[in-house]
Formats: sequence, C-alpha cells, structure tokens
Amino acid sequence: MWDYVKLVVLGAIAVFAAIAAQYAHDLAYMVNAIVVMLAAAITFVVVLRHMYEPVAVDPNTYNDDVVRAGVIATAFWGVVGFLVGVVIAFQLAFPALNIPGVEGILNFGRLRPLHTSAVIFAFGGNALIMSAFHIVQRTCATRLWGGNLGWFVFWGWQLMIVLAATSYVLGGTQSKEYAETVWYIDLWIVVVWLSFLAVFLGTLINRKEPHIYVANWFLLSMIITVAMLHVVNNLAVPVSIFSSKSVSAFGGVQDAMTQWWYGHNAVGFFLTAGFLGMMYYFVPKQAERPVYSYKLSIIHFWALIFLYIWAGPHHLHYTALPEWAATLGMVFSIMLWMPSWGGMINGLMTLSGAWDKLRTDPIIRMMVVSIGFYGMSTFEGPMMSIKAVNSLSHYTDWTIGHVHSGALGWNGMITFGALYFLTPRLWNRDGLYSLRLVSWHFWLATIGIVLYAASMWVSGIMEGLMWREVDQNGFLVNAFADTVAAKTPMNIVRGVGGLMFLSGAIIMCYNLWMTVRAQPAKAVSPAAVPAE
Amino acid sequence: MDTYSLLRQFADSWMLILMTALFLGVVAYAFRPGSRKLQDEAANSIFRNDKRPAGAAEGSSRNIKEA
Repeated sequence: MWDYVKLVVLGAIAVFAAIAAQYAHDLAYMVNAIVVMLAAAITFVVVLRHMYEPVAVDPNTYNDDVVRAGVIATAFWGVVGFLVGVVIAFQLAFPALNIPGVEGILNFGRLRPLHTSAVIFAFGGNALIMSAFHIVQRTCATRLWGGNLGWFVFWGWQLMIVLAATSYVLGGTQSKEYAETVWYIDLWIVVVWLSFLAVFLGTLINRKEPHIYVANWFLLSMIITVAMLHVVNNLAVPVSIFSSKSVSAFGGVQDAMTQWWYGHNAVGFFLTAGFLGMMYYFVPKQAERPVYSYKLSIIHFWALIFLYIWAGPHHLHYTALPEWAATLGMVFSIMLWMPSWGGMINGLMTLSGAWDKLRTDPIIRMMVVSIGFYGMSTFEGPMMSIKAVNSLSHYTDWTIGHVHSGALGWNGMITFGALYFLTPRLWNRDGLYSLRLVSWHFWLATIGIVLYAASMWVSGIMEGLMWREVDQNGFLVNAFADTVAAKTPMNIVRGVGGLMFLSGAIIMCYNLWMTVRAQPAKAVSPAAVPAE
Repeated sequence: MDTYSLLRQFADSWMLILMTALFLGVVAYAFRPGSRKLQDEAANSIFRNDKRPAGAAEGSSRNIKEA
C-alpha cells in the first residue's frame, strides 16, 4: 500500500517537473526541473522494481549501508569541492582563466558559490550526516530509526547538491552568501533536513544507553539550529512557481542582519558544533581513551550554545547596522574564545598519556592538527571581530585566509581523520591500505594550509593598509586595481597551497579505495570482548 | 512604548538575567556532587556496542538499561 502511495507521489512529481521545465522562466529553473524529473523517474523505477520484495531487517545490526554511502559521498564531494576551489584560486591569480567562451557559466563569479557550497554543504554536509548516523547508532546502541528514511536523507541531500550546482553555474542565486540556493531548493532542504532530524531523534529516543553521549548533543544542536536558521533566512516570496527568482521577506539592514545571523551560525553550528560532535567521538575512539574531561565537554557545549547565536553582527561592522548591535556581536565573539579553547584543550588533552601515538599513528596526528587549527581559527576569529581590527581586515584576503584555516584545517582534517577511522571498520578490513600514504596526505594538506593561510595574511594586511593609505592632503594613494596587482604573488602561493591540499585528498581517495579493494578482511575474533 | 523599545528593554533585563541564570545553573549542575561517576560512565560508553546494538550478542550486554 505504502509503495503505491510512493509511486503515485513520484509519478506526480515527475509529471509536474516536466510541465515546469516546459513553462520555465529561466534556464536555471528549466535545468533543475529536468533534474527533478529524472530523479523522480529513477526513484519511481527503483520503487517499482522492489515492490513485492519482503523487507527483512535485522534489528540486531546497525544500519551501516547508509554510513558507507556517506563515506563515499564525502570523499567524492570533497575532491570536487577542492578542485573547484583550486580552479577559482588560479582564476584570481591568472584572470585569463576566466575563459571567454564559457563566460557566464564557468567564470569566477559563477564558480565561487559552487566551490563554497560544494565544500560546506556537499563535503561538510555529507560528513556530518554520515558521522551523525554512525555515532548516534553506536552511542545509543540501537539501529538507526526510520528504516529507509536514512536513505531518503542521503539521496535527498545528493539531489540538493546536484540541483544547487546546476543552478549556480546557470545564474540561479538569491545573492545571500552560503545561502545562494533558490527558493525551491531551500524548500527541498527543509524536507530533507527535517527527515534527518526525525531519524536522529528517533534513534535517540530508542536508545539502549541511559545517557546521551555528548557528541550527540552537539550533533542534535547542529540539526535543530541549522533548521531554524535556514527557514528564517530564506523566507521569501517566489516571483512565479515557474521561476527561480524570489523576493526576500526582509529588506535593507534587517535583511543584512538576518543573513549574517544565519551566516555566522552556519559557521557556528554547521561547521563548529557538528564537527565538534565528530571530534568528541572520533578522537577518543582513535586514541582509545575517553575524553579528557566530560564536565568540560558539558560546559563547552552550553557555553557555545548560549554565546554563538549572538556573534553574527560582527560581519556588519561599520555598516548601517546600529552601533549597539555591532558591539553586541563583537563582545559575544570575544567571549566565544573561552569555550572554544576549552573545547580545544579537551580534545588535545584526550591524548594525555598517549602522546606517543602522534609518532606512530598519522590519523591521530591529523586529528590533533585539526584541533590545533580549531584553536587557531577560534582565536583569530574573535580577534578579527574587534572593530579596530575589523576596520583593517574586513573585505580583505585576511578573512578568506581565516575561513580556510578553519575550513581546511579544522573541518577538513577532522573529516579526513573520520574517513580513515571509518573505512576499515565499515568495510571490515584489517587496517588501512597504507599508513605511509596517510602521512603523505597529512603533510601535503598541512603544508598546503600553511601556504594558504600565510599568503592570505600577507595579502590581506597589505590590501587593508593599501586601501586606507592617504597622502598628506588626505587623498587615497592607491587605486583598487593597484591592490589587485600587488596581490598576484600571494594569489599564486594560495593556489599552490590549494593544489597541495587537493593532491592530499586524491591520495586519500586512492588509499581508501585500495583499503576496500585490496586489504584482507579483518580476522573474526572468537567472541566479543567485554569493554571493561 | 513601541514594540521595538519594549522588546529591547525586556531583552537586556529579564531575559538576560534568565539566560545567565540558566547557563550558570547548567554549569553548577555539571559540578554537582556525585556527577563524576555518571560522567565517567558516559565518557566510556563509546567503547561499548561497537559492532552491534545492545543485547544482540553475549559479552556486550553488561551495560544495557532495559528499555
């Protein structure tokens, strides 16, 4: 019966998408409608083919298939996102790479949101969904709730990524940074994200462990807050049901404030709280020691929750935003430094008594560097939110350097650590294919980030100083184009750094692939060993 | 008083006190006597049930709270 409902709904969606493609006002909408039509048709066939198969699910196993799919998707989108990043980095260094023949599709302006969304939402999002599904099952000691709903979340998220990517390059955008996706993709994200929440909550409710482990708190807060931020920031009225254009519900400074309330908390909850959930699970697991202080993790959690949500206005210093709001954002950003470093210390000290593992285990090394970058960027961030510093750093490459030391260093490295941790376990392999290759990945990525961050510091501060330089008569000394020319060497170094980071990720993919292909299966231990 | 001023005044008086008190309460609760044992137990919970859900195999069933 349920299958018939699915077929009817999928058929209706496919037919409507076909009609919508016909009536589309713009190219981005038309292509998206065709993608939706194909996705619905494929799903229709899949459902049809499996209609009368008996569903045999063993409740005494974990649902690892969806986690495995998540591992593959994370690695794949990671490489895609980094590749686009390298391309746009070299487009900035060598403007000739904005090839005239594909102007309006593959130039910097169109590829930039593709890069940010690919790394944040495709790579980061898949990493979060996959880790959440893995962690919540293990720490609750129960199978993932909701049957195939987990699969719906996975495939729904991939569909969102494909829709967003095809939309961006064809000009579909609502011009909000990190929230460029147009209105119908936003609605689809709500559906998928609430399903994610349902799966996660359902598993938590079914848990067999008395206590909800702290990683799940971080992950749950990430899911709930992102749902709230996403819905409010994307309140808009579509121009037509057949158009990708919409009009925001807010105007002027309210729109800007809502956008950066969203934008900063996307960093705070998507890229920080969610990945801290990963840290609090994968670091103790890989180190084979419990987290340094569980008390500190509780305080870390609540301090982040109470403070992060107020930090957004620091993106709008010296704008039409009221002074008090900017000051509030600055003060809360500075206060955030303490819980962030509490969390960093907690993660690092988890290794106390096991520091020798740094020498022998490149995965631990990766996680430690990741926590180090977390500490570094959560120091740099509060500093840059101070108005006086911000007057120099804002709109310069310094911001981009800061973002990347957080994103490549913290989010990237902890995700690589998680992928290296998960792959042998999920595919039941006897360790990774090659630890040497992990070391190669580690050093390529670390040196790449250092090149990236250092060149952007130089470039950013130079740019900021050049912009504010005035002669004795009070006239500006430099034209904007002068700063662009002066940045070229740093832009090249940045591109090289990105290239190294990308090479590391490709090495990782090869290593993970060979782990699954070539490693012998793990020997079956005679009996489960008690954890004591 | 217009809505903005009213909300503004509420936000930086009663709501601020409530939020601060809530946060301090949470921190105090984490430090309550007797919490250490439960926290150690929770911190170690990730080392159980790695392969399959609780109750699925012998040897992994010590810590199961019967649901």
